[in-house]
Amino acid sequence: MSEWEPKIVAFLCNWCSYGAADLAGVSRLQYPANIRIIRVPCSGRVNPKFILAAFRSGADGVWVSGCHPGDCHYIEGNLYARRKFALLNSQLEYTGIVEPGRLHFSWISSAEATKFAEVARGVIDAVKAAGPARHFIKKQAEVA
Amino acid sequence: MREYTERIREAAKRLLSEQRVDTVIGFRRGTVPFMNEPFLVKSVDQVDQLYWDSNCGINLANYLPKRTDRVAVVAKGCDSRNIVVHLLENQINRDQLYILGAPCRGMVDKRRMMADLKGKEPLHAEENGKEIKVSGRGFQVTFDRQTYLQSNCAICTHRNPVVYDELLGDPVEEQQGVDRYPDVRRIEAMSVDERWRYFQELIAPCIRCYACRNACPLCYCPTCFVDESRPQWVGKTIDPTDTLTFHFLRAYHMAGRCTDCGSCERACPVGIEVRKFTKKLEKEVKELYGYEAGVIPDQRPPLDTFKPGDPEPFIK
Repeated sequence: MSEWEPKIVAFLCNWCSYGAADLAGVSRLQYPANIRIIRVPCSGRVNPKFILAAFRSGADGVWVSGCHPGDCHYIEGNLYARRKFALLNSQLEYTGIVEPGRLHFSWISSAEATKFAEVARGVIDAVKAAGPARHFIKKQAEVA
Repeated sequence: MREYTERIREAAKRLLSEQRVDTVIGFRRGTVPFMNEPFLVKSVDQVDQLYWDSNCGINLANYLPKRTDRVAVVAKGCDSRNIVVHLLENQINRDQLYILGAPCRGMVDKRRMMADLKGKEPLHAEENGKEIKVSGRGFQVTFDRQTYLQSNCAICTHRNPVVYDELLGDPVEEQQGVDRYPDVRRIEAMSVDERWRYFQELIAPCIRCYACRNACPLCYCPTCFVDESRPQWVGKTIDPTDTLTFHFLRAYHMAGRCTDCGSCERACPVGIEVRKFTKKLEKEVKELYGYEAGVIPDQRPPLDTFKPGDPEPFIK
């Protein structure tokens, strides 16, 4: 069996981090291909249920990235998101659902392609260190 | 606390006969000891059924959201904080409400008394200020009220109502120097695998009856996330992942709103300590944003607002 590679779901804000991913690609910056990008209109759009749903479906890691505070396209979406994620992050670790190193948050503007590639590598390394997801996976009913 | 009974009846009679309100929400005696039930009084001739003692732990704020009539409601400290939360979230108007504030010395935990009766069936319970005398066929036991308080009441720091139109008795002394979070710190000190196992064992008996949700005054969504089917966030089975998802999200929805009234735990038919989930959030909200739910009537809830310099050590 080939070496295990993590699957990481990345929720990227359309106005910044998604642009940064695009710029990283155009600039030919290298990072491993473990992330699956989901484009969202704002980090404030990321419902905690999305993150739980990703883990429930077997994702090894989740990464949410949005605009720097003050640069939100919708003025304040990421500022609400910050409070929401602070509580979500601590509660997920508290209940043992998510081990340290699986859930990541970042602010990356659309010009920061190098930061994007760096953070992507960091996220992937951290999830690899955490290993394959063990808890909190919903077993699907087997269809005959 | 028995003395409130007469005050409640008198106030209910007065408010109903003067047509100040259409409904009075209080408690009446249950059919078995320790089980008072919420009671909606609509006419003066029902007023004498109203009752108050140490078994009125259910949160009456649960019956307020989206009411259209004028209501009087008996409110302990925690109930009144939940009324404040309802007012902040536009679930009811202040001018519809007449709040009968009940300074509270804590409600008793029926489950622990029943456990100590070791299977003997209580048929009658009578209480004075300090003791509860329980009798049944061939036995009589006296319980000390203070030692059998509900676990959330024992650490309560808001015993007096924060909003009221009329107080039913003199304000009681607030408990000072209470450590509210020893259990949270104990869990925080565990390793991540221990915490996972701890919560797995905690919710293992859960039968997904949703009594905790239904007893909670904060759970008033027209469609709860557990009932949504497109997309379906949580399966309806008692699969451990589904059960944990339910308990996790239920608690998360209480972030910055929970007043630790203990209704969820009191309602649980299998005795799960569901407050273990909500108390961590309460602690975080207090530490990060300095907010206590329902204490200040014109302060927005913490997830409904933000500050430019909110802490973000977890963000890269």
